[in-house]
Amino acid sequence: MTQTRSMLLNVGPSHPAMHGVIRLIMELDGEKIKDVEVEIGYLHRAFEKMCETVMYTQCFPYTDRLNYVSPLINNVGFALTVEKLLGIDIPERAKYIRVIMSEISRVTDHLTCIGASAMELGSMSVFLYMIKAREFLWELVEEITGARLTISYVRIGGVKADLTEGFVDKTFQKIAEVRKVLIEADELLTRNRIFFDRMKGLGKISREDAIAYGITGPFLRSTGVNYDVRKASPYLVYDKLDFEVPLGTQGDNLDRYFVRMAEMEQSLRIIEQCFQQIPDGPIAADLTGAVIPAAQMVDSAKMGQTEGLMEDEVSLDPTLQGGTKKYYDAINANRKDIVLPAKENTYGNIEGLMNHFKLVMYGHGIRPPVGEAYFPVEGANGELGFYIVSDGRDNPWRVRVHPPCFPIMAALPKCLIGEMMADLVPTFGSVNMIAGELDR
Amino acid sequence: MLTPLQRIQEKFPADIIETHAFRGDETVVIRAAGLKAVAGFLKETPEMDFNFLMDLTAVDYLFFAGGRIQKEFRFEVVYHFFSLKHNHRIRLKVPVDDKAPEVDTLTDLWPSANWYEREVWDMYGIKFKGHPNLKRILMYEEFQGHALRKDYPYNKRQPLIGPTY
Repeated sequence: MTQTRSMLLNVGPSHPAMHGVIRLIMELDGEKIKDVEVEIGYLHRAFEKMCETVMYTQCFPYTDRLNYVSPLINNVGFALTVEKLLGIDIPERAKYIRVIMSEISRVTDHLTCIGASAMELGSMSVFLYMIKAREFLWELVEEITGARLTISYVRIGGVKADLTEGFVDKTFQKIAEVRKVLIEADELLTRNRIFFDRMKGLGKISREDAIAYGITGPFLRSTGVNYDVRKASPYLVYDKLDFEVPLGTQGDNLDRYFVRMAEMEQSLRIIEQCFQQIPDGPIAADLTGAVIPAAQMVDSAKMGQTEGLMEDEVSLDPTLQGGTKKYYDAINANRKDIVLPAKENTYGNIEGLMNHFKLVMYGHGIRPPVGEAYFPVEGANGELGFYIVSDGRDNPWRVRVHPPCFPIMAALPKCLIGEMMADLVPTFGSVNMIAGELDR
Repeated sequence: MLTPLQRIQEKFPADIIETHAFRGDETVVIRAAGLKAVAGFLKETPEMDFNFLMDLTAVDYLFFAGGRIQKEFRFEVVYHFFSLKHNHRIRLKVPVDDKAPEVDTLTDLWPSANWYEREVWDMYGIKFKGHPNLKRILMYEEFQGHALRKDYPYNKRQPLIGPTY
């Protein structure tokens, strides 16, 4: 007499396809998946708890580490929520810069996702091409923010630095390069029999299930639901930009691939339009003096040699460039109780120095009124929402992130049950799990 | 056209504790007993049609604003709903007691509540009556206490994750 029973298999957390942070406890019948339990939390770093212990501005480095493939979008989301809580608006140029940086990040995120899932299916060359394209874009990010990954670029009430000179031309060059890579990858993957067969019809989720599980982003749009935060409730300047929301029909791995590929093209279009519409930046109004090192300005100010100091400009460390007086007004809201003063004022006169200290000292800082606000932005994976409760003091009472990955991981068993064990790899790749935002 | 907030006010006057629309976010604070009915109303009524439970979390108001602002209940469970069809949102808040914190589960109405409720249980120790699988999600089973409660020190260590001192 033969006996059959199902097998229990642990996949992860130390499994390359699980990125080292997810554990799947699977019940197998032969090679078929009968049941899956998803275990998360391996990358929990207490983001929400830590935010409660620091001031509003100090939360930005933590937000960098949520979705670490597109950290700029997290920065923007957090800043917009605090600005909503404060009830302030930011200059037009800063809005465009935020949009440009968000869209660059969205492309890098999609490139990473598609590249990695192609690699997991054996297509190493596509992965390398896409990482090359991502490198082009990260060079742009590096030029503006001074960092590649943990950028902490956005500020409450504005951004840290203005766009550099020649940035527009550079961006157009890089966009052309990225487009080339996209065409190349499209040729290599879309008509590739191996890729096609392993993606089509697998990891399927119905429209109803996707909505019931609260899934958003490319995952939801691959099932044909037209929901994009940038269209549904436009923030920043998205209402002035012309772009389409690519939709799928089947909700399978292949559709998710197509949606992401099409979205990258739309993001590149948005960046191009932004450069046409963006208002002019630096105004060299009263800056007729010399450019002197910051330390020299501090010394002269200390010794009372303040004549002509107001017209001087300081040269700063590369990580602070682009935030001096010349650029300051175009990228920061005109609110002394929220935005740090331009560096010339901090170094050169007592009012600026006091203003600076009032914003960085514990117990002073930015103080939104008592209240709460939720603000959603379109992250690379879907709706990224911040819910912040303020008690009127300088550190947030509660910071909650709605990570787009979380509902996707909750619905993962829906995609996997009934399929083959080997199909776990492409499905898991195409859902684009980012543990940083999933586990926080 | 009535807003979702006005419709709830009209239909459930007895369950509402307070409402506000700070910075445009329509918010209803309701009694825990009325949660199921209000949530069902939000989902089933065609004019509301809240098919997304976007977010579910909790807030601990222990010593809120350094003790200057007194809240009647220590916790609040916060729900963010979104309607795809009407493109509107609403926030529901349910105050929960400190002694035996418990509210009804919404997993039968929105499957997405399943993991969110597990996270709230994990981080705040608020139970969800009728939840099919209420266990910790981000922390491990042996973890003592609930990390996001305000009386849990942020630098506390536990045996499995570091030295105890």
